[in-house]
Amino acid sequence: MLDEETGVSVRIAEIIQKLQGSGLPSHLEQQARWKCLHRTDIRLESLKEDVKEFLKKTGWEKKLQNAVYRELNVLPPPGHPAAPPEHLKEPLTYMRKAQASWEKRVLKSLNSMCTELSIPLARKRPIDEQRELLSKWNEMGTDEPDLSRFRPVYAPKDFLEVLINLRNPNYDTNDQLGFKSHLGLIQVPLHVKDLLELKEAFAELSLNIGQLGIDDATHVFSVEVFESEHVRIGKKVLAEQDSAAAQQYIRQGCPTGLRADLWALILNVTNHPEATLYYEQLKSNVIQHDLLVDSLIYKDVKLTASNDDYYFVFEDYLYQVLLCFSRDTSVLEHFTYNSASPPKSYIRGKLGNEEYAVVYPPNGMIPFHGFSMYVAPLCFLYHEPSKLYQVFHEMYVRYFFRLHSISSHSSGIVSLCLLFETLLQTHLPQLFCHLREIGAQALRISFKWMVRAFSGYLATDQLLLLWDRILGYNSLEILSVLAAAVFAFRAENLMEVTSLAAAEAVLADLSTLKVMPLLQIFLFATVT
Amino acid sequence: MSKSKNVGYKGLYGYQKQKEREGEWDFYWCDVMWLRENFDHTYMEEHVRICHFRNHYELTRKNFMVKNLKRFRKYLEKELGKLDAAKCDFFPKTFELPSEYHLFVEEFRKNPGTIWIMKPVGRSQGKGIFLFRKLKDIMDWKKQLCGFITERYQWLEWVCGKNPVSGHDGNRSDDQKDETQVENYVVQRYIENPYLIGGKKFDLRVYVLVTSTIKKYKKAFSRFAGSNVNPDVHLTNIAIQKTAPDYDPEKGCKWYLQQLRQYLTAKHGAQAIETLLRDIDNIFIKSLQSVQKVIINDKHCFELYGYDILIDKAFKPWLLEVNASPSLTSSSPEDYELKYCLLKDTLHIIDMEGRLTGKEKRVGGFDLMWNDGPVLREDGNPDLLGNSNNAIANTHLGCENDRKKQLKQLFKVPSVQKKA
Repeated sequence: MLDEETGVSVRIAEIIQKLQGSGLPSHLEQQARWKCLHRTDIRLESLKEDVKEFLKKTGWEKKLQNAVYRELNVLPPPGHPAAPPEHLKEPLTYMRKAQASWEKRVLKSLNSMCTELSIPLARKRPIDEQRELLSKWNEMGTDEPDLSRFRPVYAPKDFLEVLINLRNPNYDTNDQLGFKSHLGLIQVPLHVKDLLELKEAFAELSLNIGQLGIDDATHVFSVEVFESEHVRIGKKVLAEQDSAAAQQYIRQGCPTGLRADLWALILNVTNHPEATLYYEQLKSNVIQHDLLVDSLIYKDVKLTASNDDYYFVFEDYLYQVLLCFSRDTSVLEHFTYNSASPPKSYIRGKLGNEEYAVVYPPNGMIPFHGFSMYVAPLCFLYHEPSKLYQVFHEMYVRYFFRLHSISSHSSGIVSLCLLFETLLQTHLPQLFCHLREIGAQALRISFKWMVRAFSGYLATDQLLLLWDRILGYNSLEILSVLAAAVFAFRAENLMEVTSLAAAEAVLADLSTLKVMPLLQIFLFATVT
Repeated sequence: MSKSKNVGYKGLYGYQKQKEREGEWDFYWCDVMWLRENFDHTYMEEHVRICHFRNHYELTRKNFMVKNLKRFRKYLEKELGKLDAAKCDFFPKTFELPSEYHLFVEEFRKNPGTIWIMKPVGRSQGKGIFLFRKLKDIMDWKKQLCGFITERYQWLEWVCGKNPVSGHDGNRSDDQKDETQVENYVVQRYIENPYLIGGKKFDLRVYVLVTSTIKKYKKAFSRFAGSNVNPDVHLTNIAIQKTAPDYDPEKGCKWYLQQLRQYLTAKHGAQAIETLLRDIDNIFIKSLQSVQKVIINDKHCFELYGYDILIDKAFKPWLLEVNASPSLTSSSPEDYELKYCLLKDTLHIIDMEGRLTGKEKRVGGFDLMWNDGPVLREDGNPDLLGNSNNAIANTHLGCENDRKKQLKQLFKVPSVQKKA
């Protein structure tokens, strides 16, 4: 174990290293160098202090603070100095192994599709095709390419099967079923929070604290006071441009008019022209080369978002974001803390020769069925493609990647599933057992909700309120709590079903659910 | 009493062509054709209700609507000044053809390069509509339409108001428009900068029920064009047919107003949306006021209008047209729900059973908008009522539709005063 002091200094060193690689140092330098040039309050004798003072006044200290805060949120806690880098990705060996074999399967599936259809994984587009694509860039949705031969590489339920079969080889579950046995589908001994710990963790959601999503909906005089007060504070937080404050604020929900800016602040997405340039560069990569995954993306969007009552409008934005995303090599950075590893492909004829290995797709992420739903809700907030792209990029490397990689992280999908099942078994034991008996284990139904962070299942405004809390608490555990709350809400009907299909039917339509009341009741009004 | 919702059917009696059998219905949801032919010689008892006004076309025929609005605007300018008249500026510059052809050309020449849209007055669903940028395009279009080479003199004759083929005066009553030849058209400045969502153009459909008061239905929806708007609209010499938003109101993609409202609030803030909705309300009220004196107010009549509104990039709503017979077929279960509730609430308001007092501010999904004056929400501070800018109008457009609850409450209260 690291002692605290060393731990802090290691952390600081890490963060400094991370920030060196970003644009921030050069911006600060620019500000210091050029903006200070003719200012009278900067004197040679006290140069260092004056420049620091200047940077503070012009908001650059805040920006630096926000950048540091971002790294603190994202980087995992420093491990033992002697630990190999894999431990940063995932400390448990059996999890790493399971992830590696899953990846192999996925890549194999992709390669075989590629061989079957005799389509190359990547090819350079001829000039006239490039020109055509460029002219159609804003309306790729009108294209109707023949996608019938493509199938998604995998769907969430395939992934669920893998998770169900996960076992810790070191753990001996002496065969007797005891009082504390876990009867769910997930059988790995990870620590998950119990209700008491969740109550503490989500303290701001408690019954005596105002929430957007509850306290703005009733028609009581005092309600308007809460809402207008909350909006006032929100505007103040935005004016201060303080990421940490914003993250605290958003735990009570975010007013619709302020959401786009607040999320950008929390995710530290700035308006630097470099970001726009980078996006343009990705766009030109898309124009020049055609990747096999592009067809998978097309297919996914057509199957999911285009059929959705709310998101069909944004079809074209989805292509513009997802196609660029698959070319974005900066995404590879997140693999240092993701248990997954980017799939490699080899130049024809040089299989196994590392010199000829290339990451495929360039961002290391093979899309699966439903992937485009991560982007769709963001289209409600951002209409400028490069900003939309940046926000999605941040959301992915902070949260969404955990929903489809096998790891022991508390926000990883394995822990989320286990948390869900434990909550259900502990607090709704009758329902849990009933569903288990009829072969309709609860996780089989709720898995798809959690993998997609409920996108496409909840009404948009409710979904955004939920994602507010994901950002606010920097954790995905709320997804498990909500899933359990939904089951609690529909418990009566579920007790009467006798098959998996009937259970699915009871839970097919979540579009009328109000997220915040459900969460509050489950967390703070359940008899324990 | 027999209540009949089906067109042409009168419950037990069935539809029969003999004139002596007509009038044996209490409530008739008729189509405009029947109305035109039979209204004038149908005796209706006091309690009877029919779903159209005799001369609804004053509002729903594009040329008449424009005429009435222009007249009303002039009146407002004279009586109340330019500021109030400006409230009527929600329809783009429009001219009737052929009668105002010269005025149109004058305006056209003042703004070269702008796009104009030509719409036939009597047809619906986007039929016969096209865009053009050059006067020459109108001529080319006429050639196409008539199917023979239009000689210049025939063209001039049309312009001067004479039908080139039959020789009839073009200014006949619109009721008897000529099938094959010249119809009356309106030509209008095309709104070139519509507000786009996801790159797509859309228009708003709002339902307004007019009885002796004006009521507006809370649940409206926006219809999206099938493809994206091409910022450089390229027009060839022969103008393109129908590039206006997909006028088939039942096909294609819809967003309910609540969705739209959330999206726009996230983008522009709550204040901007409130202003937009107020401006839209203003469209309803002003357009109906402009025909108030013209439309024969028969107490048997009521009408459910479908207003089509377009929002431009500057967040200004424009009135595209008013439909007297808005389509009530549905394209999806959600849509069916909306139309079903719409009709149900309409029938509640018509109140054949006399259950309501007639003074209700809300009936189901309908909000009372105008009752010889604007209607405001009760909780408005009495001091504020005088100042029309701050008063909160009794409108919940796009808000949650808790109509079931509202209706239950409404019908629980014993109605002390019943409608006569």
